Amino acid sequence: MFFKKSMLAAAFALVTAAQATPVHADALDSIMAAKLIKAAVPQDFAPFGSAGLDLKPQGYDIDMANLIGKALGVKVEIIAVTSANRIPYLQTKKADIVISSLGKNAEREKVIDFSVAYAPFFSGVFGTKEIKAASADDLKGKTIGATRGAIEEQELTKLAPADTTIKRFEDNNATIAAFVSGQVDLIATGNTVAAAIAEKVPARAPALKFVIKDSPCFIGLNKEEPKLLAKLNEIIAQAKTSGDIGKLSEKWLKAPLPPGF
Amino acid sequence: MNYKLQFGELLPHWDVLLWGLLFTIVLTVVSTVAGIAVGTAGASARTFGPKWLGSVVAAYVEVIRNTPFIVQLFFIFFGLPAAGLKLSETTAAFLAMTINLGAYSTEIIRAGIEAVPKGHIEAGISLAMTKWEVLRHIVLKQAFEKIYPALSSQIIIVMLGSAVVSQISAQDLTYAANLIASRNFRNFEVYLLVALAYLLLAMLTRSLLRGLGRILFKAK
Repeated sequence: MFFKKSMLAAAFALVTAAQATPVHADALDSIMAAKLIKAAVPQDFAPFGSAGLDLKPQGYDIDMANLIGKALGVKVEIIAVTSANRIPYLQTKKADIVISSLGKNAEREKVIDFSVAYAPFFSGVFGTKEIKAASADDLKGKTIGATRGAIEEQELTKLAPADTTIKRFEDNNATIAAFVSGQVDLIATGNTVAAAIAEKVPARAPALKFVIKDSPCFIGLNKEEPKLLAKLNEIIAQAKTSGDIGKLSEKWLKAPLPPGF
Repeated sequence: MNYKLQFGELLPHWDVLLWGLLFTIVLTVVSTVAGIAVGTAGASARTFGPKWLGSVVAAYVEVIRNTPFIVQLFFIFFGLPAAGLKLSETTAAFLAMTINLGAYSTEIIRAGIEAVPKGHIEAGISLAMTKWEVLRHIVLKQAFEKIYPALSSQIIIVMLGSAVVSQISAQDLTYAANLIASRNFRNFEVYLLVALAYLLLAMLTRSLLRGLGRILFKAK
C-alpha cells in the first residue's frame, strides 16, 4: 500500500515536472519593462562606429541603435564592443542586441538570430561620374584597379571580360592612391572605402557602377526571442520606407542605398 | 618540418610566371642600357662640362642616391599625375629604373674618369684633339675598363631591385609571385621558386657581363 502511494506520488511529480516549461520573459518584454535597451556597437570601425572628436561614440550603428530606442520608446545604453567579443556579450545577456556591421554566416546562425538587413555593405565597381559601366560586360576594354587577394578582386577576375585590364595593387592604400591620382578611373572596392575616398577627396568621389558582392549588415539578437525579432524587423522595415535608413546611408556612407535594398 | 611542398599547384600559373620573367628581363636590359647612357652623360658633364651643368648633375645624383627606390617609383607613378604627367605603370617602371641606375652609374663612371692619368688627357689636348674627342677616344674607354666590375654589380643590384615595380602593378616576376600566392596561398612554394628564378637570372647576368667585359676590354 505504502509502496504504491510513493510510486504514485513519484509518477505524479515526474509528470508535473515534465509539463513545466521554463518560464522566461521574451527579451522584448524585459526591455519594455525596464524602459532600457542595451545595444552593443563597434568603436573602432568607422563609419559604422568610432569615437568622435568629443570621444563619444558616433556612427551608422549608433544612429541605428538610437533609432530603435526611439521607435520602442525606451532609453538606449550604448555598449562598445569589438568584433571578437560582440557575440559573447549577446550570449551572456550583457547586451540585448548587437548592431556592429554584423554579417551573416552559417557558424553565427547556429548561435544567434539575425534581423533583416539594416545597412548595405557590399563590394562593387566604383568610378568617376563620366564612365558608364552598368554591368561586368561594360568593363570591356576598360582599366580597373583592385587590391590583390581581396574578395572583390577575385570575383572581378571571374566576372570581367577578357580584354579588361585589371591593375592589381598590393594593398588598399595603393589602390586608393591609384584612383585618387587618376592612374585608374575605375576601382573595385567596398562601399565604406568608397565613402572614405568621397569624404577626403570630393573632387574624385567614386560613384557606384554596379555591385559585385552583397554582404549587408544585420542586427544580432539571442535565439528564442521571437517577439523581439519581429519587432526589430518591423522597425527596420518602417525605417526603410520612411527614408530614415536612406538618410543614414547618405550621412555615413556618402551614398544612397543601392537599388533593391 | 610538417609542411608538404606542393609545387604542382604552381603549374597552372606557368603563363603568369613566364610573362613576369620576360618582363623583368626586358625591363632590366632596357633600363641598363638607358641608365648607363645617362650615367656616361652625367659623368662626362661633371668632369668635362661647364660648372653649372656639373652642379645640376650633382644635385640629381644626391637626390636619387639618398632616397629609397620605392619612394622614387611611387613619386613618379602616384605623384606626377597631380602635376599633369600620367604615366602607365610600365613606363613609370622603366623611367624610375633608368633614373635610379643613371645616378649611381654617374658616380661610378666619374670615379673611373678621374682615375685616368692626367698625362693622357694633356697628351690628347696637345695633339689638337677637342675636349670631347679626348673624352671619347682616350678617357671613356679607360674609365670603363677600370670601373667595369663595379658597374656590373650595380646592374645586378638594379635588376634585383626591379622586384619593387610590382608595387605599382607592373607585371614583373614578383607581381606574378604575389598573384599566384593570393590565389592558392602556397607562399612557401611560390616565393621559393621565384627566389630561385632571380638567383639564376643574377648568375646568368653576371656571367654574360663578365663575357662581355672580356670581349670589350680584351684579357683580364
